[in-house]
This record gives sequence, structure tokens and C-alpha cells, in this order.
Amino acid sequence: MTTIQLKQGAPGARILGLGGYRPRRRVTNDELAQTMDTSDEWIQARVGIAERRWASDDETLVEMAVAAGGKALAASGLDPDQVDLVIVASASLRAPIPGIGPQVAHRLGIPRPGAFDLNAGCAGFCYALGVASDAIRAGSARYALVVGAERLTDVTDLTDRSTAVIFADGAGAAVVGPADEPAIGPVVWGSDGDQHTAIEIAAGSSTMTMAGQAVYRWATTKLTDTLVEAMESAGVGPADIDVFAPHQANLRIVESMTKRLGFGEDTVVARDIVQSGNTSAASVPLALTALLESGEAKSGDLALVLGYGAGLTFAGQVLRLP
Amino acid sequence: MSQDIQTGLAEILEEVAGVAPADATPEKSFTEDLDVDSLSMVEIATAVEDKFGVAIPDDELGNIKTVGDAISYIQKNQG
Repeated sequence: MTTIQLKQGAPGARILGLGGYRPRRRVTNDELAQTMDTSDEWIQARVGIAERRWASDDETLVEMAVAAGGKALAASGLDPDQVDLVIVASASLRAPIPGIGPQVAHRLGIPRPGAFDLNAGCAGFCYALGVASDAIRAGSARYALVVGAERLTDVTDLTDRSTAVIFADGAGAAVVGPADEPAIGPVVWGSDGDQHTAIEIAAGSSTMTMAGQAVYRWATTKLTDTLVEAMESAGVGPADIDVFAPHQANLRIVESMTKRLGFGEDTVVARDIVQSGNTSAASVPLALTALLESGEAKSGDLALVLGYGAGLTFAGQVLRLP
Repeated sequence: MSQDIQTGLAEILEEVAGVAPADATPEKSFTEDLDVDSLSMVEIATAVEDKFGVAIPDDELGNIKTVGDAISYIQKNQG
């Protein structure tokens, strides 16, 4: 019998470079209060957002993904033709055929990579990072570009204060490559499909609704175990974590998770939501990029990341910052 | 019994929403009188489940308007 031969993968994977793209237009709470019944105080108290970025017409999903991907590639030091896998995580593609992975790759000068889109809601980036890391370890890819890109304003009723004050636009990206010493831990992922209507664009609608209380309850009670499991499976504990960067859904969820996990005093917690709003699959790489740019986090730091959202889906892992 | 529940609930309210225990009396409305918002109500529900072993699902949570409503709910559903 003929044996099927397998490729030899890398012992581990690591992030070689990160990049983000924030749309030009800043939208403050005061600006929103001019068109809907809300206020800076109300928004800050409930979700912790001070301002967010909304994309202009020319800042399309592809343009933002290309901008973030280009920065991550530059940071990685790789040439585009070394990349052989491109995954774009997004939940806000209004015309899903074709997916934008191949186009983003083409625009970046990456020749003929495996390329696809991944929709796991706000958990998309962490799902895609897990897929890319495993592909490199399995030998299916050598270098991967993982992008989270969203134009949530395209799928949000911008007159509805329950969602318009929260959702925003942006893109973040990571280049992942092989490593002798593992720098991306096992992905811990899962889903609670019984709550598939908690965040949805209902049939016949073009905008998203969110059962805020249900999602808040789920995020603050069910996901602590996922974070603990992500650390345990990577062989680290809360005291080892330098940077905690969960999906930026609501500042109160960030604070609740932080309180429950018991990190060390020096652990830096990402609070990018204050400036960026909720950018779904883009939020984790944008938050990491912001912490590296401000100097609050540094190369080599051990980070715990978590994505969670529509599905409901969740995925988390431990990684070392590039 | 109801006094124990009120005391326990007052502790939760203080912890979650900074409500002074003396203010947590049965006639008080969470949103109108105690300035507890919808997400803090979820945190209260979670804490009630931890403390009293009584789960308050989201659809029931909407019917609980006052401290007294919460006390009755816990009393009725306590095992």
C-alpha cells in the first residue's frame, strides 16, 4: 500500500510583526449626542468609550486590510513573496462573494498564497491566528498574514443608540512565521451556538442587533474559564502575563475579566476601546499595536489574548509580542 | 429569612454598584432610585446566583424593578 507522505512543519510559531490601521475620522461622544438621545457621561459609564473611528467611503474593508497588512509585513522584515497563507477575519463583508483574502494578498504583492476569509465574529482574529499557527506547525504554510478588518458602521443602524455608540471601524494584522521556541500557545476555542441570536443581522435586516445583557452575562461569567485554560495549556500562570489584551467589546467586561483573573500588579491591560470603540475582529491586533507604539508593552512580553462575539464564538491564546 | 436576603442583597448592591446598605430597602427601584444600570443588573444577577444559588435568567431580570422584587424572587426560588 502506498503511504501518504506528510510535510515537516515547524516546532512552533511566532508573530514576526504587527500593524494596524485606524480610519481618519474620529467621532466623539459629544458628536453622537447631537444626533441621538445619549451623552458622553452615559456612554462612558456603560461601555467606557470616549471616541471611536468611523471609516470614510475610500477606507474600504480591503483598503484598511491592505494598510494594516502592509504595516505588519514591514514590521516582520519579510518580503511579500515569502508569505504563502493569507487569512482575513471579518464579519462585516456586505458582499461575501468573493471573499477579500485573495484580493488583499494580491494588493500586497503576495503571489498566489492560500487565501480565504474567516467569519467568527469578534473572535475572528484569534481564530485565524490559531489556524495560521497550526498551519505553520503542520507544514501547510511557512509564513502567514492574518488580518482582522471591520467596517461595522456598514452594518450598524447609526441612529440606534444601543449599537451606534459602540461599533466602529478599523483593521489590525499580524505576520506569523516558524519558530524553534514556541511563541504562540495552543488556541483554546469554542462556541455557544444556542445563543446564535444574541448578536445578529436578522434575516431581511441590514443592521446588527445585540442582546446586551445576555452578551455581558456570557462574557463576564463563561469566558474566565477559557482564559484560564489558554494559560494552562501554554504552561503559564496569571503572574507570568505581561499584557492582557481581550477583545475590546466593553470596558466593563475588560475590567471584570481582569479582576477575576488575578494578574500581577505590573500586568498591562489593553483599554484601547476608550479610543477605538468596538472594532470586532480588528480589536485585538489594534490593541496590541497601540500598546507597543505607546511603549506600555515591549517586544518579548508575554500576552494573553481573547476574542469573543457573534456566534457566540470565543478563542484565546498566549503569545509573545514581536 | 427575608431579612437575611435583604442583608445579603444589600452587600451585593454595595459591592457591584456602590449603593449604601441603608439605601437598599424593599421599595427602592434599582434604576430610578439606586442608579443601577442594565449591565449592573446582570452583575447583581450573577452575584445573587453565587450567594443564594438562585439563577435569574435575562427574561426574568427585566421583571425585577425593585429591591423588594428581587427579595421575593430569591425567596420563591430558593431551594
